[in-house]
Amino acid sequence: MIRALAAAAILVGLVHVAFAVEPSEMLSNPTLEARAEAIGRQLRCLVCQNESIEDSGADLAHDLRVLIRERLKAGDTDAQAVKYVVDRYGDFVLLKPPVEPATYVLWFSPFAILAIGAAGAWLYLRRRPVPPDEPLDLNQRRKLERLLLDDQ
Amino acid sequence: MIIELGHFALILALAVAMLQAGLSLAGAARRDLNLMTAGRLAALAQFALIALAFATLVHAYFISDFSVANVAENSSTAKPLLYKLTSVWGNHEGSMVLWVLILALYGAAVAWFGDAMPPRLCARVLGVMALISLGFLLFILLTSNPFLRLSPAPENGMGLNPILQDPGLAFHPPFLYLGYVGNAVAFAFAVAALIDGRVDAAWARWVRPWTLASWCCLTLGIAMGSWWAYYTLGWGGWWFWDPVENASLMPWLAGTALVHSAIVVERRDTLKSWTILLAILTFSLSLVGTFLVRSGVLTSVHAFALDPRRGVFILVLLFIAIGGSLALYAWRAPALEPGGVFAPISREGALLLNNLILASCCATVFIGTLYPLFLDAIGGPKLSVGYPFFDRTFVPLMIPLLIAIGIGPLLAWKRGDFLGALQRLWAAFAAVIVAMLIAFYLSHGGPVLSVLGIGLAAWMGIAALVEFADRLHLFRAPWAEVLRRALAQPRASYGMTLAHFGLAVTVAGIAASGFQQQRIALVHLGEALPVAGYTLRFDGIGKHEGMNYTADRAEFTLLSGQRVVAQLAPERRFFPLQQQTVSKTAIHTNFLADFYLALGDPDGKGGWAVRAYWKPLVPFIWIGGVIMAFGGAVSLSDRRWRVGVAARRVAKTALPASRSRA
Repeated sequence: MIRALAAAAILVGLVHVAFAVEPSEMLSNPTLEARAEAIGRQLRCLVCQNESIEDSGADLAHDLRVLIRERLKAGDTDAQAVKYVVDRYGDFVLLKPPVEPATYVLWFSPFAILAIGAAGAWLYLRRRPVPPDEPLDLNQRRKLERLLLDDQ
Repeated sequence: MIIELGHFALILALAVAMLQAGLSLAGAARRDLNLMTAGRLAALAQFALIALAFATLVHAYFISDFSVANVAENSSTAKPLLYKLTSVWGNHEGSMVLWVLILALYGAAVAWFGDAMPPRLCARVLGVMALISLGFLLFILLTSNPFLRLSPAPENGMGLNPILQDPGLAFHPPFLYLGYVGNAVAFAFAVAALIDGRVDAAWARWVRPWTLASWCCLTLGIAMGSWWAYYTLGWGGWWFWDPVENASLMPWLAGTALVHSAIVVERRDTLKSWTILLAILTFSLSLVGTFLVRSGVLTSVHAFALDPRRGVFILVLLFIAIGGSLALYAWRAPALEPGGVFAPISREGALLLNNLILASCCATVFIGTLYPLFLDAIGGPKLSVGYPFFDRTFVPLMIPLLIAIGIGPLLAWKRGDFLGALQRLWAAFAAVIVAMLIAFYLSHGGPVLSVLGIGLAAWMGIAALVEFADRLHLFRAPWAEVLRRALAQPRASYGMTLAHFGLAVTVAGIAASGFQQQRIALVHLGEALPVAGYTLRFDGIGKHEGMNYTADRAEFTLLSGQRVVAQLAPERRFFPLQQQTVSKTAIHTNFLADFYLALGDPDGKGGWAVRAYWKPLVPFIWIGGVIMAFGGAVSLSDRRWRVGVAARRVAKTALPASRSRA
């Protein structure tokens, strides 16, 4: 984490590490501001490691926040505002990767792995029934002791 | 001159590592006690040499010797002494030396306590560890040498990144490395067992303390890193699913699974082959983590291609270590005798479920971290995998485990009584309902998921206590009997209760983050800002001079009604050397909730931007982490695992273990 944050800090640092949403950016209409924040949480700050633009202090994140708010004021729906950004920056800007053929492996493998693992565990358990706990008879016990002695 | 001594010591350590590998492995193969003893001495010598090399590097930082390139690039004179010293591992080359130092420390510890183990097992473990050390020493000397001189020496160094100048972060890397590298010991034990073709209860007993020790350190290391992110980044985020964090989470998940499956091997002599595989995978994931962080592949696949020397070197090491051990596993594991059988509803079954889920979670993190790199490398679209992905995959996978954690410890070995366990957990069921009602009431019907999360935490916490009370016969037996039982409980069972309870505490902290309230506003001197039922009064702002920075320091008073709760002084620190501004947050905590305040930019007209948060239960996240690690340490102190006891115990355990196999 240090490295990533340090790298992010270096990228951001020369311009200013302020922080995230600034009061001056916020919209006076609370419903609109809440929508803008919800959208911002889904979008990645392009120069940071996995921080959303709502939380990032980078200049680019600031620009995107202002952009989103402008689109909403202009009457865009949430989907239109997101699409506006994705059209310019690509899917990379989405913190939640889209579910599409290229990402099927990503999205479905966690559950596939659990299913395969569960099947494997089930087969392992079904291997043999639990035998009753019988004490060794005298012959077996002698044999065991001989084996143990051989070992030493 | 001193730094050359360090350089020389490190080269000598490389030679000694070669010797250690050769002597130990040959000694084990030929059953030659003299060779094996020499191998153990070599492990001690290797540690001494690397410690010397590390000490010279620390010395160079201490006296700010800028003729050493590494010091010039990462330190400066105007800096508190603590950060001069922690700069040693605040950079790539120095941190790699710390890596091999810790590996050598573990190696020396194995050699030192080796008398308690069969000599051939000890020798093979040391041999494998020496091979790992060999690889990383070569890596340092050939691609990342911190002992190189710079001529002419600069007047002053470039300094340490201000964001790293923090006490929380100063000790984050050593703990993380103690965790990462500790997994090398379990790995070496696994490889040694494969060479030997035998895994038994005694083996599990020897390997468990090392696994536990590294698990504790990794837990603390991760907790420290996330705490640091929390108070540094200015908005209170503590986990980002960023690849470097994931790199530490993967070995933690695998290591947690290993700590549990080793119990099954020890107690029931089964799941042996899986435990060996897990030990190999845990260290492999530590290596993958090292590769991800150190190769630059994360910034971009292309950055990796620009300076591929380091990356390719680690990648080759990775292939040899992981490929080699897995090949050995494929070849030898079928020869391991299968152990005792058990019913699905049993302690073993519960531990198997634990392993199944932890392994799936670990695979999810692995795929989520590497898939974008993979897609980019094959020319696919560029993707980001952020928290929404993990919220939809990792979290639902984890929830069944968090529910099962309450039941598993109540099941008997071999065949458990599920309904009986549920009946004994009536108090936990009651706690869930009470906790959810309280959470619902206090948050005025806050987010449903957070309320459910609090219920889950209550379930886990109370179930852990119920299980412990059950073992003491609390409320069933007279007090003297309960006390006698409490004293007779092995430390390991205290450890388990603590660790499980700690996890419940952490889950409560995570769940409660949905209840936080925030206020972002522009404030003027004398103004009062209402936040979550408190009033925040802006009393003043002034300049403040640090050793290597200047700061704007604001004075705020936090009031509850008319009562003064706390004085808060957030800062904006400017580091002229790096031309960087860092926010220093002010946090008031009563351990149940944090009031979190960060100072932003002035608007130039007397107004200052502030971000204020009220974060209920958030300290629980790290308190829980500390409790977990403490639980691990308590378990580690169990007499039964103390070195030497294991050897004497083998004779006793051999009989019942063989019987269950017959």
